[in-house]
Amino acid sequence: MAEVYLPTTLTPLFPDLPRHVETNAPTVGEAIAELEARWPGLRDRLCDSGPELRQHIHVYVDQERAALDTTIESRSRVDVIAAISGG
Amino acid sequence: MPKTLLLIGTRKGLFVLESDADRRDWSVRGPLCESWPVYHAIHDASSGSMYAAAASEWHGSAVWRSTDLGETWALSSEGLSYGEGDPRKISKVSSLSASGGRVRVGVEAPGIFESADGGESWSLLSTLAGQPGSEAWDDPANQPPGHLGISMMLPDGEDSSHFWAIVQGIGTFETDDGGSSWTPRNRGLRADWPREHEEVGFCVHRLVRSPSDPQRMYQQNHVGVHRSDDGGHSWFEITDGLPSEFGFGAAVHPHDPDTFYVIPLDGGHGRVMPDGQAAVWRTKNGGESWQKLTRGLPQDHAHLGVLRLAMAIDGYDTPGLYFGTSTGQLFASNDEGESWSEIAAHLPTIWSVEVVVID
Repeated sequence: MAEVYLPTTLTPLFPDLPRHVETNAPTVGEAIAELEARWPGLRDRLCDSGPELRQHIHVYVDQERAALDTTIESRSRVDVIAAISGG
Repeated sequence: MPKTLLLIGTRKGLFVLESDADRRDWSVRGPLCESWPVYHAIHDASSGSMYAAAASEWHGSAVWRSTDLGETWALSSEGLSYGEGDPRKISKVSSLSASGGRVRVGVEAPGIFESADGGESWSLLSTLAGQPGSEAWDDPANQPPGHLGISMMLPDGEDSSHFWAIVQGIGTFETDDGGSSWTPRNRGLRADWPREHEEVGFCVHRLVRSPSDPQRMYQQNHVGVHRSDDGGHSWFEITDGLPSEFGFGAAVHPHDPDTFYVIPLDGGHGRVMPDGQAAVWRTKNGGESWQKLTRGLPQDHAHLGVLRLAMAIDGYDTPGLYFGTSTGQLFASNDEGESWSEIAAHLPTIWSVEVVVID
């Protein structure tokens, strides 16, 4: 199972959404689709129309910057980062 | 005893202030909505629900809703999109209105979405396509930084088919068929810049309508304060006597159509109250003359800005007025503007103020 780490800004928006979830999805996009099925509306918080990741949502698979079609391996670590600096 | 609530949209969440009919002592709740930037928040009298239009830099735009007067909140953006493949994206949700069981949200790029299920889902109502100027306003290159798209909507009581919408920097449009067709309502306004179309190209900041005379409307424009006596079909200027033609906030007395309030600001880069002296200006004769109201407002180095949705008036027999500043102060008057007090001093940047009286 791959591990997905979600940002702290996301978890308060959905009941019982943990910071850390496991997935067997083959790509980032399909992992987000899995999350959407369990927490409806979550996809909109990470993805814009296109479809594509939102401008300031950065996803890394095994520390490499990823897109929706990036492959996830069975032991991958996926980090979803809310990426803006400043106040 | 009636309850008076203020809904304060700020750059760091929604705040709700509560008082009774005396409107002297206020309690503060917040930040709500997970501290998302809240552009506008309203109370829908027909359902009793509150709505907050919010846009997170990370997580996009959504409308938050509360059915328990702001104690708990949930958000939705289901349907709040121009769709896959459409070059227009929703950068923010700027303005809300509710009437006849429908809730509408104005967005940027300019469009209006509507919900008929209490904010759980949304569908596109109109982009005002085909109106003069619409060929240009969808082009991001034509939008200045911070563009709000549909910067405000003005409902007509509970009649969901009739309302006005402002396209920022373009002008006001009226619909009487629920958004299927529109008519520009800018005749007589001033513009100090070239315009491509006769009927649009005006910078309407805030539009208000008298509850006691539906034909009487006022607006604070980028250039001047203007009045209409025919429901917005034609306008004439009433700026003379004010210290500045520029401002955002405006409010009309609920029981006297000739009494109207504005907050003039310097029109340059500062966009703050002139001379560092906080003041609300009032006319009691439809704009023939103006009074400067300052009692209780700071008069030394008070370089306060007030944005377009950040002024409100309640409907009590002796109305109360409220305005919030870009530096987080909230001022209130419970005597029609004669005297003022600061009821919150250290909020985040205030973008909107709405007042609700609940019996």
